[in-house]
Amino acid sequence: MEPLRMVAVSAGLSDPSSTRLLADRLADAARRRLEGPERTVDVRVVELRELAVDIAHHLTRGYPSPALEEAIRAVTRADGLIAVTPIFNASYSGLFKSFFDLIEPNALAGTPVLIGATGGTARHSLALEHALRPLFAYLRAVVVPTAVFAATDDWGAAGDSHTEALPARITRAAGELADLMRARTAPRTPIHDSGDPADATAVVPFAELLATLGRRA
Amino acid sequence: MQFGVFTIGDVKADPVSGRPSSEQARLRMMAAVATKAEEVGFDVFATGEHHNPPFVASSPTTLLAFIAARTRRIILSTSTTLITTNDPVKIAEDYAVLQHLANGRVDLMMGRGNTGPVYPWFGQDIRNGIPLAIENYALLRRLWREDVVDWQGEFRTPLQSFTSTPRPLDGVPPFVWHGSVRSQEIAEQAAYYGDGFFANHIFFPRRHFVGLVNLYRQRFEHYGHGAADQAIVGLGGQTFMRRRSQDAVRDYRPYFRSIPVYGGASLEDVTEQTPLTVGSPQQVIDKTLSFRETFGDYQRQLFNLDAGGLPEKTVMEQLDLFGEILPVLRREFDARRPAHVPDGPVHPALGSHGDAVVTERG
Repeated sequence: MEPLRMVAVSAGLSDPSSTRLLADRLADAARRRLEGPERTVDVRVVELRELAVDIAHHLTRGYPSPALEEAIRAVTRADGLIAVTPIFNASYSGLFKSFFDLIEPNALAGTPVLIGATGGTARHSLALEHALRPLFAYLRAVVVPTAVFAATDDWGAAGDSHTEALPARITRAAGELADLMRARTAPRTPIHDSGDPADATAVVPFAELLATLGRRA
Repeated sequence: MQFGVFTIGDVKADPVSGRPSSEQARLRMMAAVATKAEEVGFDVFATGEHHNPPFVASSPTTLLAFIAARTRRIILSTSTTLITTNDPVKIAEDYAVLQHLANGRVDLMMGRGNTGPVYPWFGQDIRNGIPLAIENYALLRRLWREDVVDWQGEFRTPLQSFTSTPRPLDGVPPFVWHGSVRSQEIAEQAAYYGDGFFANHIFFPRRHFVGLVNLYRQRFEHYGHGAADQAIVGLGGQTFMRRRSQDAVRDYRPYFRSIPVYGGASLEDVTEQTPLTVGSPQQVIDKTLSFRETFGDYQRQLFNLDAGGLPEKTVMEQLDLFGEILPVLRREFDARRPAHVPDGPVHPALGSHGDAVVTERG
């Protein structure tokens, strides 16, 4: 069986970065849930920090650098996506949003996505629900119910009577992602544009293009 | 092989001297570039069509007619004519008049435009971009090919017993190219009619266009206009030359920075990834010849030489340098082109100038 392709996008800015750390923990947990004698998982981490200038140039020039093009291809072909951003000024970081602005609107349709975020305090945690979830809903991705927010304190806390500790939330969210990825065992049918202009199988014959004119009125 | 100059007609202050330009100066410079281009041996001059500042080329046939009166030989073309927002009846009339006055030295490149608000400014809806390009062009073809047209469509008032005048020169309409940077539909349209396909790849990596050009070639063959390698392909290019390449890089850098579509990228990255060549005449020869290796034998190469506020004197120097390398480029391309691959399209009235005429089929 072909390995499942899992891609984790981290918009962390520093190195080491707690955003990257959360992305790695989520990816490890999901991989462990999926892997077995029958199945392997390829995990790829996309560090947006390394692509920051390429992302800016793609926005202003209209085409990606080879490295960015490759990262976008990995993300849009993933069987499951983990997207983690620091929360800046009440929302995802500009870098995170800029990267996803470069994804064609249909390219993630149906893709299982686990969203995560980091921030200084838990007061920022609902940004996941108010900013990230609608973004991926717009892209028609399937976002798992549990979104994982890691405040600085969470890395050293054991949880309390109201909240599970971070590892438990990571496990739950990763399990939800793994379930959705497992359910997608059929080879992924590209419902989006192949993105390859040379793909003659995607050509609408001209007679059909002409014929649609009359029908539109 | 046809070589030409194409211009976008931007009014820009010179970023080095700070000297402002004016609309009149820019329009007159475009005309001067065209006449000089003919003088140094170019085959084609093409102007863009834009309807917003900082561009002055809103009325291409007015400019081209002015140039036609001052030239003898050069083909007058567009890059592009907005098939989406112009009335196809007016395109048919305007370019037929130009064709008669210029003695057949006219062809056109259809495009959809790259400025969203032009659609609403001209009463159209940008979401209809492709259907407009298809319907309007289908009507334009009929207007040039049928003496009396009854027509009804989606986007324009119906026509009953309409004759577009003047009729095309000697009954042969201007050759048409279709330009597109990403739409399969436009490559398909060009292939269906056996028209030319122009990939203006100056602002994008070459690999981006290979697929589109190959698709056009395949579909051209599918529709029975000839073999894939006989399809009529045009490419864009952009150059800045000095005798020594380090001088070219030094002198061009500020102008490069003032061209907005480069979006702050480095000159080095852009020259590596796109057709832009900033260097010696030999480097321009080498890079231009490499386009043939990427896209196959093709029929028309247009160069952009005058964007970003370059002063007229510098642009004229560029044209002089081209005068030196055009014979080399022509010889090298012609030597590589197999006999069954057609030359660039020329109106039959210009038989003495061109050695091949693309005929209408389909």
